[in-house]
Amino acid sequence: MNRRAFLHTSVLAAATLPTAAQAATSGSNLNPANDPAASVWGSGDLRKLGAWDIHSHVGTPGPTPAKRMEVLIKIADRVGVERLCICMSPPWQYEPTPEQFRRSNDDVLAILKEWSSRAFGLVYLNATHLQASLDELERCVNDGPMIGIKLWVGTRANAASLDPIVRRASELKALILQHTWIKQRGKGNLPHESTPMELAELSGRHPGVPIVCGHTGGGDWALGIRAIRARPDLYADLGGGDPVSGEVEMAVRELGANRVLYGSDVHGRSFGSQLGRVLGADISDADKRLILRENLRGLLLPALRRKGLTG
Amino acid sequence: MERRLFFASAAAVAASGLSSVAAPAAAAAVGLIDTNVTLNQWPIRQSWAPTPAALVQRLKRHGVTRAWTGTFEGVLHTDMAGANTRLAETCQREGGGILEPIGSVNPTFPDWEDDIRRCQEVHRMRGLRLYPNYQGYALDDERFVRLLKIATDRRLFIQIALSIEDDRSQNPALTALPVQAGPLVEVLPKVPGARLLLLNGGSRVLGGNIDLLQRLSAAGVMFDLATLEGVAGIENLLRRVPGIRVTFGSHSPYFYFESALLKLQESVLSPTELEAVRSGNAQALLSA
Repeated sequence: MNRRAFLHTSVLAAATLPTAAQAATSGSNLNPANDPAASVWGSGDLRKLGAWDIHSHVGTPGPTPAKRMEVLIKIADRVGVERLCICMSPPWQYEPTPEQFRRSNDDVLAILKEWSSRAFGLVYLNATHLQASLDELERCVNDGPMIGIKLWVGTRANAASLDPIVRRASELKALILQHTWIKQRGKGNLPHESTPMELAELSGRHPGVPIVCGHTGGGDWALGIRAIRARPDLYADLGGGDPVSGEVEMAVRELGANRVLYGSDVHGRSFGSQLGRVLGADISDADKRLILRENLRGLLLPALRRKGLTG
Repeated sequence: MERRLFFASAAAVAASGLSSVAAPAAAAAVGLIDTNVTLNQWPIRQSWAPTPAALVQRLKRHGVTRAWTGTFEGVLHTDMAGANTRLAETCQREGGGILEPIGSVNPTFPDWEDDIRRCQEVHRMRGLRLYPNYQGYALDDERFVRLLKIATDRRLFIQIALSIEDDRSQNPALTALPVQAGPLVEVLPKVPGARLLLLNGGSRVLGGNIDLLQRLSAAGVMFDLATLEGVAGIENLLRRVPGIRVTFGSHSPYFYFESALLKLQESVLSPTELEAVRSGNAQALLSA
């Protein structure tokens, strides 16, 4: 899709589709019989906010990528998630070949044709295939509608091969989401699976370039938060792990609420379980607004403006 | 609706004195039973509830009318009788009328049978919670089978915590792999009438081998939703394993309570299904 067509589609879609915030506050959802979690939303202001999700995968069933997205959007609407950053269409490959990541990205592009009012695309790359990744970045972000990059477990985040990708991402204002996890204190990680500590090394080589620390180390988030604390360009993605009490409070305390992002990691995770950790955290509603929506919106604005959008 | 779910729901509705036609209202009237709450702090985490009062206050705010409450002391302490006494006293003194104590028993300890006796006869507990992976036995262990028989003879239900935390991120000094539920398929026919609720089944059980899940469900095992994940997870589980009985469980305060409640909002459930998850299946476990 070229830029003009993308913008046209976005405007049309935005004009015709209800937002999740509208859906979440519609009459049917406010019926107590259909609203079993009303108490979670407190005053209701947060429910009207419309959360933006940094981390989602379209794994719902359907005959086409767009139909799969339609199913996912219906579920997102139930819990007030308005926008989703999507990436890595299934089947998921740990170390994709260029052909494989291009095919995965084709699915995301197909989704964006119909759902650009609700979804932002992150191009899936594998720096092991550096030139092919840079070419794909051009195809999907510079020449296409995507606004960010997803890096998974194909290359360790501290690898030098990532440097050209980060530099080009910075030029394109594309937001990078790098998966991280700490399994058995790092001993259980996949061969090329990154830790937040490795991502901190990468960030140190690229000051001023915002990067999202996917999962913030996962279940060992307390280590992950420590690892990225001194790198002001790293943002904590809360999604993908169990909703263990204390994570959000620690992230806000150590990083500041403006460096913390709601993410779900659906399809594998539940929107509800991941939203619940933010809504249930002992932090102010103002901080929840930042985490659920405003921080991500701010991070995406440079890329959106580059494409002539305001978000 | 599947036959098993219908009977479970019907039994619960009958027990509550409400007709099935009134199911939506019944959800509010019967309330919300949280089958997976635990007192005290897990050693490596600071939970959202520093005191029982804080726990009760938040549970009530979200409409919980009953909370089946164990104690983390029951995982690692050796003086299980002391842990159960403190649990019972705390629930009585500070439980706000909603915390119901669920005692712990470790069948590898000497004279563990007396812990069961005290739980029922002294503390008037209706159920027991087990932590096999932290206590060094599997579910095909003869001691477990004997425990299940004794509990069943006493009409106590059993909760088995298949996990407490993600085993990928445990402190190296406190590791325990999740409990394997598979042996229950062979064990349960040996203990007719056993009432079993598996907690924290997670992706390995609830999202894993569907054949095992179906066999456990067919044997009457129930599951809580605290670690049930995936988009529209409850709805998908009920469609994937027709007849499966799921109870509301939050794994509070180790988990944020709100995560469990939002799962109800994320799934489209019929009024009868919603009532069964909120309280009906838990009621059925008590009355079976």
